[in-house]
Amino acid sequence: MRPEKITLNYLDLNLLTIESARNAVQERQITATALAESFFRKIQSEDGNIHAYLELSKDRALAQAARMDALADKGELLPPLAGVPLAIKDVMVTRGVRTTAGSKILSNFVPAYDCTAVARLEQAGAVLLGKTNCDEFAMGSSNENSAFGTVCNPRDLSRVPGGSSGGSAAAVAAGNAVAALGSDTGGSIRQPAAFCGVVGLMPTYGRVSRYGLIAFASSLDHIGPITRTVKDAALLLRIIAGRDVMDSTSAEVPVSDYTQEIGRPVKGLRLGVPREYFGEGLDPEVGALVQTAIQSLAQKCGCEIVPVSLPHTEYAIPAYYLIATAEASSNLARYDGVRYGFRAAEAGTLAEMYRRTRDQGFGAEVKRRIMLGTYALSAGYYDAYYLKAQKVRTLLARDFDQAFQNVDAIVTPTSPTPAFKLGEKADDPLAMYLADIFTVVADLVGIPGISVPCGQSREGLPVGLQVLGKHFDEGTILRVAHAYEHARAAS
Amino acid sequence: MVTTPESSVQALARYEPVIGLEVHVQLLTATKIFCSCSTKFGDPPNTNVCPVCLGWPGALPVLNRKAVEYATLAAMALNCRINEQSIFARKNYFYPDLPKGYQISQYDKPLAEHGYIEIPGNGGRKKIGITRVHLEEDAGKSLHEGFADSRDSTYLDLNRCGVPLIEIVSEPDIATPGEAFDYLTRLKEIILYTGVSDCNMEEGSLRCDANVSVRPKGQEKFGTKTEVKNVNSFRFIKQALEYEIERQVELIQSGGRVEQETRLFNAAEGKTYGMRSKEHAHDYRYFPEPDLLPLVVDEKWEEAVRRQIPELPEARRARMVSEYGITAYDAGVLTASRALADQFEEAARAAKNPKRVANLVQGELMGRLKSKGLEIEQSPISMKGVAFSADLVEAGTISGKIVKDLYDLAFERGQDFPAIYEKEKPQQITDTGAIEKIIDEILAANPKQVEQYRAGKTTVKGFFVGQVMKASKGQANPQMVNELLDKKLGS
Repeated sequence: MRPEKITLNYLDLNLLTIESARNAVQERQITATALAESFFRKIQSEDGNIHAYLELSKDRALAQAARMDALADKGELLPPLAGVPLAIKDVMVTRGVRTTAGSKILSNFVPAYDCTAVARLEQAGAVLLGKTNCDEFAMGSSNENSAFGTVCNPRDLSRVPGGSSGGSAAAVAAGNAVAALGSDTGGSIRQPAAFCGVVGLMPTYGRVSRYGLIAFASSLDHIGPITRTVKDAALLLRIIAGRDVMDSTSAEVPVSDYTQEIGRPVKGLRLGVPREYFGEGLDPEVGALVQTAIQSLAQKCGCEIVPVSLPHTEYAIPAYYLIATAEASSNLARYDGVRYGFRAAEAGTLAEMYRRTRDQGFGAEVKRRIMLGTYALSAGYYDAYYLKAQKVRTLLARDFDQAFQNVDAIVTPTSPTPAFKLGEKADDPLAMYLADIFTVVADLVGIPGISVPCGQSREGLPVGLQVLGKHFDEGTILRVAHAYEHARAAS
Repeated sequence: MVTTPESSVQALARYEPVIGLEVHVQLLTATKIFCSCSTKFGDPPNTNVCPVCLGWPGALPVLNRKAVEYATLAAMALNCRINEQSIFARKNYFYPDLPKGYQISQYDKPLAEHGYIEIPGNGGRKKIGITRVHLEEDAGKSLHEGFADSRDSTYLDLNRCGVPLIEIVSEPDIATPGEAFDYLTRLKEIILYTGVSDCNMEEGSLRCDANVSVRPKGQEKFGTKTEVKNVNSFRFIKQALEYEIERQVELIQSGGRVEQETRLFNAAEGKTYGMRSKEHAHDYRYFPEPDLLPLVVDEKWEEAVRRQIPELPEARRARMVSEYGITAYDAGVLTASRALADQFEEAARAAKNPKRVANLVQGELMGRLKSKGLEIEQSPISMKGVAFSADLVEAGTISGKIVKDLYDLAFERGQDFPAIYEKEKPQQITDTGAIEKIIDEILAANPKQVEQYRAGKTTVKGFFVGQVMKASKGQANPQMVNELLDKKLGS
């Protein structure tokens, strides 16, 4: 029998984890439908100030919730995400649900197919609440580049939530979704997770299929979870990871049960601390909080702290902005107004249609990156820019290979500063690019990284600790992050 | 001394052309190169399309193994070396029938290199080098005509988007338009034999662009080349090259300079016209396709493909000349397609005497086809029909004279040989008395042979059979003739 009255008193939506939400539905303390509806109500009343959502997918959510309830009514064992309300960054295509990538050029685009990661979540029973705001085509570190308005950081509405997955991080931090998917090309999962005080995991390149992820920079794009707890990140990763025949770059590497792995002790694990990440440009408060976290890992969790060096770190930002923009210049060529999306009305010739469509359809940052990338690939400049950047990438990979011969994981700050003020860096692209300085390297090298909250600044702003791991060793970084999360909670 | 202006013929004789050809061949795979859409020609517009070949946001290419197999097979038949690793690259340009804004092709690491084709030359053979064979996807079709609003609109049919192509690039080894024609004829023949394409120029499954320049004889440095496009038959390629060479020589003779440009051939006028070169001054900004892994052809697989290479036309012709004693010319006609040659050989081998099949083809079939202006594929008499007639002659059932008459009838009525034979077959003489009478006459007229036979030279019997059949105009029942002869000669 279905519960007659829905009593949410003991289910605080702000504290729900994936497991608690799913168990509440399984044990029929609440129906999936009621859970979804209460989230929609909460979003309705709270998201106006935050603007984390661009589109709500109520029909799809309620249909899925009804399916889960029907299963629960029959007393069946529910799948691992049954009834769990999740949010999806608007760079992942969703069948029948408008998908914009935060861009005017896709303002009217309703895809006919689902992103693999989204489909896998739904197959596992998840309820998709809606699509979250982001920087246009995931290009940005503050979410201020969205064509549909900025997102405010729920911890301080005058500040940015980080980017580009700002909407996903803000929705989770505000309790307007239990968890979310984001995408990370230069730090876009980890940096907003740090800014909003939640957990953000970027898996190894190839771990999660990119099919249906609107491409920014194909060799750097990753899908990953943004959650309230490390365990939730482990749970979501297990669902979305694994080979997909629709993505040639998805790897044939077996997927572990990460929720089991996080329980294993971390005592004796060797954690590298790269000196290049604790120098100039690092906010002293952030530095102190991260150092405290590292000490806690050593003293409370029994990890061994080992100084390491990643000597080519300083070249990461320029290499990143050459490779990412080069690939973007090509990936964004398809938005030409011919077949779908926005088309400028008043054009007399084909060339004019292209020019006006792209001029009016793309925002300033996207155009800046298309220009940069086009230049980097041009005849006569290719060797000096794109090719050299690829060589830097190889050197960076070598740095990590060497470091990982001695250590099991590497710990660093996620971002050099806490969340900055809205508008503070909006007119200074270079300052904005430096917000990614600690995150881009993992994208370039293809290794996994997680950001876990490690305290607050005096102003009450969250700070993140980043744990980087070896290729396909998400298990270890989740373990370290989980151990730290618990050590911190205990203190 | 009075000098007369040099005639154009004399001028032409002082220059030598340098020609290189780029041939695109569509592969006969059932599905497209990067998705599972059908490659069928002639289906209603935009019916064989999906998110991948439409370039929808988030869609990714997955390489078709069969396309690689076919391309490899063709490259091997063209004597190329297969590269163990080749790389797909993006060729970036904007055009409405190119949905992604880039074509996935191969650039600096193609599938195969260093091949050649042999063509007839200076009494012997000449090798034309093949620089490379690479895989790529076809674009769609822009339909500029045939609609009510064609004056100001263009329609798109994207069925062809993603159909697999190989591009075969020759070395600039071709010295005359005639050699270009020979090269193309051989190339088409070889590809047809491998079965990887139907090389149908009308349907666009074989397309050819020509690069041509001229230089004074003896000069090593190449002249400035032009690229001739839009030529849809081998004969037109020859014509276009002849025109273009003359044009370039005249231009240089009159003090002008050849401009590097793309020129379109107008078949009706037999002339080439320059396109405004600015329109095609592309910088394609090639870079490695990040959505696909490097293509690795391992040794084992390469061997498996190599075993599929059929006997190629050149070798087959040589063997047929020696095996069946036919002329080189007829061998050429019979090997015009692999199917025809297969039919011929199948018929010949099934017949009692393969040479007799060859003799009938050469002696009776070819001449009639020629005088009727028919291609061998249009012949009323099939190879099976020829074999059938050959067996009748071999058995002595019908004479050579009757075969000629029946062939005439077959051509007259457009019916195959067995049908004609059924209807027109001469009434057999089965009357013992009548046959005995003929035998007696023959034996009486050839006493010397009778003596030889009786002396033990039994092979002479064949002579008597022939004579009896001849005397009966082929109408005597051969079995009875044999039996009665044995009886009479034995007595």
